[in-house]
Amino acid sequence: MIKVTCRKLRKTFVQGETQIKGLDDVSLSIEKGEFVCLSGPSGSGKTTLLNALGGLHTPDEGTIEIDGDVISQMGASELADLRLRRIGFVFQSYNLIPVLSAQENVEFVMQIQGVDSQERDQRAKAILKEVGLEGMETRLPAELSGGQQQRVAVARALVSEPALILADEPTANLDSATAENLMQLLENLNRKHQVTLVLATHDTRIMGFARRQIRMQDGKIISDEISSGSQHALRGGDPLTASHQEQDF
Amino acid sequence: MNVSSLTIAFTLAWRNLWRNYRRTLIMLLAIGLGVWAMVFMTAMMRGMVDGMLKDGIRALPGHVQIHHPNYLDDPSVANSIAEPQGTLLDALNHPQVDAWAMRVKVPAVISSERETRGVMLLGVDAAAELNLSFDISHITQGQFLPSLTEEELAVDVQAQKAAKGIVIGVKLAQKLETRLGKRIVVMTQDIDNTIVDRGFRIVGLYQSDIPGFEEMYVYSDRRLIQSMVGLKGQVSEIAINGDGYRDNQALLSHIANASPADMKVESWRQVDAYLSAMLEMMDGFVLVWIVVIFLALSFGLMNTLIMAVFERVREIGLMQALGMRSSGVMRMILIESLLLLLLGLAAGNICSLLSIAAIQDGIDVTAVAEGMAMFGAKAVLYPVLQYSDMLLANVVVIVLGLLTSLYPAWRAAHYDPIVALNKH
Ligand SMILES: Nc1ncnc2c1ncn2[C@@H]1O[C@H](COP(=O)(O)OP(=O)(O)OP(=O)(O)O)[C@@H](O)[C@H]1O
Ligand SMILES: [Mg+2]
Repeated sequence: MIKVTCRKLRKTFVQGETQIKGLDDVSLSIEKGEFVCLSGPSGSGKTTLLNALGGLHTPDEGTIEIDGDVISQMGASELADLRLRRIGFVFQSYNLIPVLSAQENVEFVMQIQGVDSQERDQRAKAILKEVGLEGMETRLPAELSGGQQQRVAVARALVSEPALILADEPTANLDSATAENLMQLLENLNRKHQVTLVLATHDTRIMGFARRQIRMQDGKIISDEISSGSQHALRGGDPLTASHQEQDF
Repeated sequence: MNVSSLTIAFTLAWRNLWRNYRRTLIMLLAIGLGVWAMVFMTAMMRGMVDGMLKDGIRALPGHVQIHHPNYLDDPSVANSIAEPQGTLLDALNHPQVDAWAMRVKVPAVISSERETRGVMLLGVDAAAELNLSFDISHITQGQFLPSLTEEELAVDVQAQKAAKGIVIGVKLAQKLETRLGKRIVVMTQDIDNTIVDRGFRIVGLYQSDIPGFEEMYVYSDRRLIQSMVGLKGQVSEIAINGDGYRDNQALLSHIANASPADMKVESWRQVDAYLSAMLEMMDGFVLVWIVVIFLALSFGLMNTLIMAVFERVREIGLMQALGMRSSGVMRMILIESLLLLLLGLAAGNICSLLSIAAIQDGIDVTAVAEGMAMFGAKAVLYPVLQYSDMLLANVVVIVLGLLTSLYPAWRAAHYDPIVALNKH
């Protein structure tokens, strides 16, 4: 079952005289449960693609479908609802609302969704435990380390069981041990919850955690392959139907 | 919108309010001070005007009056009404009525040996008038008219003599170059338009705080004046007091329901255009005062909110990225503003009530108020808190405060989340 499909996405940024191609004819499909890594040099369009997938901006051309719904034509409120219910975000930094505790940050999305407080509490506690933050529920973001903050963000992205989790350089501000830890966590969660994960990074150390590698340059996808032989990739439990081979690049 | 999203909006608004607690405290101080200025100063101004109004209303009009329908246009003897009887009399003696008095009121000319003046001649029942309007302490020389029963009048020669007395103002006596105990002649038209005159002895002199009053009104016995102008069993007006001058609607309808169709029952507002204009002006002034103070506040409020929003651009972007709609962001900022306003209002209201209570017994303003005496202002100023003024101040602050907050809230709600998130 295909979860996410993009067709011929274009996004051009105009900066003064120059036009920058953020996305240039990008087509892509991602299936349920996949763990995709977007890599490429700075300015290659990784963030632009993630933001388009997350409905944070609308591409100039092309369509994006999530679970059969075309999101590229949605209005602002519909997009907000889409992000609320179907997409989890993990950003590079500044992921958490400073005045809310770890648990409240995790509950935030459920609270807007209108989940009742008992269920919120249960789910938030469980997921915080799962990301290894048991006992830190009441801490404010400022009282957590960078790695712990990113774990809270992962917990929040995961807690409402979205169709898609988009993580834009989630490890960029972490030291390598912590980064590896977080990646291990993401990989485990991906396998366990069958959640679709798209992650952008230029950190070669962590690319290997994903089974599918997409490389970008100048707004284009230049390669798309399933990494084989990787220590991590082999552990994947569910067989993937390799629909990504049909990409034209 | 659901309950839990409203809860989180309140939580965020409340915590964000105390993030920059110094700024919040300064803003609270400003709102509190503004509200205090609105409520306390209004109470002081009310106190000033209230004294004047009460004196003015007490001096003659009363809260409600009954007249012949044409009397206000043409206050002549021809436009008289019957003395109250039956249901009207019952209604007047009802506990809802504090005091009432009937009067004959005719324009007259008063002459001493040397001077002549135009006045308004009042034929009153001394006891009723003392109860309703006349302040006995205003008598500076002699006394007020005697209260005499019909029987006493009929048999007692002394009483008959006393009843022929007249009470005039001190200033009028000066103008007439006459004094207590002297005789004067009063001339007027009777019911047939014939000129009638009669001699009176000055039995009392009075003073009034109300400008012009002393020179205008002279008091004598009702029965005497009735017989002088040929009114049998008829009077010009009935003045009635209830428990307050402001809300006299209940009293008005109580009396109106009991009055015969050929009588018109009116509030002091219709009877005394000057006093009623004064009250209206005061009401208008209170509104202007409150709004002007609010406008001064609104700049601070707007600025505070814009700053608060500006500092939080990133997390607002984050909330939007996480799926909070623009309307949710707007609601959150508006709630924050509402909390700020409510806290400021609470502080301001409490301070106002405390400071009003502190000077409940009045403050002596003789030193600064000498010039005010000519308007009938008092030397001792009492604050008069009208809850409607306080309500007005609170409503103005909340409603206009939220309107002022719409702009910062709207701005916050329309940040592009991507731009906001990447702001450093
Ligand atoms: N809002 C914008 N206005 C103008 N140009 C933009 C904007 N957003 C992105 N771009 C440009 O689009 C191109 C792609 O940017 P993008 O952020 O997607 O790159 P990236 O692969 O995420 O880079 P990095 O690894 O540095 O995060 C870059 O040249 C960038 O300068
Ligand atoms: Mg990027």
